[in-house]
Amino acid sequence: MTSTNTEILSLFIGVCGLLTLLTIFGEVLRARLDKGHENPVIETFMTRVRSWWAIVILFTLALIAGTGGIIVLFAFASFAALREFLTLTNKRRADHLALALGFFVVLPLQYLFVGLGWQALYTVFIPVYAFLMLPIVSALRGNPDRFLIRVAETQWALMIAVFCMSHVPALLMVDVAGYPADRGVLLIAFLIMVVQIGDLLDFFFGRRIGKTRIIPNLSAKTWEGMACGVVCAAIIGAFLAWMTPFGIFGAAAMAALASTAGMFGNLVFAAIKADRGVKDWSHLIPGQGGFVDQLDSVIFAAPIFYHVTQLIWG
Amino acid sequence: MALPRKFAARFVGLAITLFARFITAVRADWQGIEPINKQRVYFANHVSNADMPMIWSCMPPNIRRDVRPVAAADYWLKNKLRAFVGPEVFNCVLVDRRPEARDANHDPMQNILDALDDGSSLIIFPEGNRNMTDDPLLPFKSGLYNMGKARPDVDLVPTWIANVTEIMPKGEVIPLPLICTVTFGAPIHVGTDESKDDFLKRASGALVGLAPKDVRL
Repeated sequence: MTSTNTEILSLFIGVCGLLTLLTIFGEVLRARLDKGHENPVIETFMTRVRSWWAIVILFTLALIAGTGGIIVLFAFASFAALREFLTLTNKRRADHLALALGFFVVLPLQYLFVGLGWQALYTVFIPVYAFLMLPIVSALRGNPDRFLIRVAETQWALMIAVFCMSHVPALLMVDVAGYPADRGVLLIAFLIMVVQIGDLLDFFFGRRIGKTRIIPNLSAKTWEGMACGVVCAAIIGAFLAWMTPFGIFGAAAMAALASTAGMFGNLVFAAIKADRGVKDWSHLIPGQGGFVDQLDSVIFAAPIFYHVTQLIWG
Repeated sequence: MALPRKFAARFVGLAITLFARFITAVRADWQGIEPINKQRVYFANHVSNADMPMIWSCMPPNIRRDVRPVAAADYWLKNKLRAFVGPEVFNCVLVDRRPEARDANHDPMQNILDALDDGSSLIIFPEGNRNMTDDPLLPFKSGLYNMGKARPDVDLVPTWIANVTEIMPKGEVIPLPLICTVTFGAPIHVGTDESKDDFLKRASGALVGLAPKDVRL
């Protein structure tokens, strides 16, 4: 077993310990209720914990499987996110072929390029080639009704669900001096953990001490909660510095950066959902809505985290 | 039905369900009723050939086992493959829409009532044909009224299928993997002295009422 795998395993055991504690906590709360009664908050909490178990197990399996496993996992997440996103966008029959190409050609190609490590291609394939080709396909079918809106929404969907998401597995391809290539999986685990734990603590502190809403009547997020979340993410990032090539201060700064980007991303998605009049992106993950609801902050953080890593340490 | 055929029909049914779930993540939204096995007639809007498999796929297995779509014999008996999928996989109640092709003793309504008397639930498309217009619904045919009149105890459940037009518009070959939602509304019954037209109008209104409000431009 390589040292990377040993480290993944110890991370897995640590996270499982945390989830076990949360499960026991929920079961104790449940047991203290009177017979036949149900508390919706506890039930939601338990559904979420169950979903988290599934995500952690799936993610660990992908990490152990290495590059191929990670790529397949995120390609699937991209597919699910793109499906949720495009379900809510404006489209006409004339866009059918362009949308089908988005799902069945652009998405697989992007992940293929990431898998092959063709950096020069995967960083421009969607924003240059797909963005120019797909509107041509739509225009050729000849329906100009709301054309710009249709094109813009489709492209934003591809940007978010495919381009940004694919920058998580692209972290495997970052070449950092003195950081063995097979440790790229730990960099992914680092990004996801600091962003998700930052979100969780933002939620917790927002409920406890949050007062000033960032966008009133759109999202419950508060400046206080967000500040606490980012600071906690930085502290956790410093503790997890051994997983990264950044050093302790670098890891804390990168964690804070990723967490901040993620939280603002979360606000952007809240605005989109409010515009479309939906509460969740879909129903696919029990207790937490859809894939986009689950991954929104990671989606926003990934390309920035990738780029800054490349810029400073690459 | 011979055992291997029965087994094949079950297997194809499972494959269709899994395919529908993978492509469209089809979701049932039980707004007016609980997903329990009670005798019902589900009446739905009809825009595509994928409608019936969508409703069928999103039902829980205990309901799916006893539900029989009412379908056109002239469509489902056209070739061997359809004759397998329609009557055997979906367990369709076949009715012939073409008056000239019916046997003298074939009463389509009788087939339907027999199925109801067996205890089966039904899925019907009361518009009779696929709706290719921009209107949400075509005028209903009288079948739904006749069923409700003849078997007043059976719940008539409006069932709205959203998004299938975008998943597979007419003339396109590749289905788009968008999320399809099937909404089940509150059951209705034929009133004691309600006229056919009044009832059909009310049923049609109950169905359209389940359509999501379109916020798109």
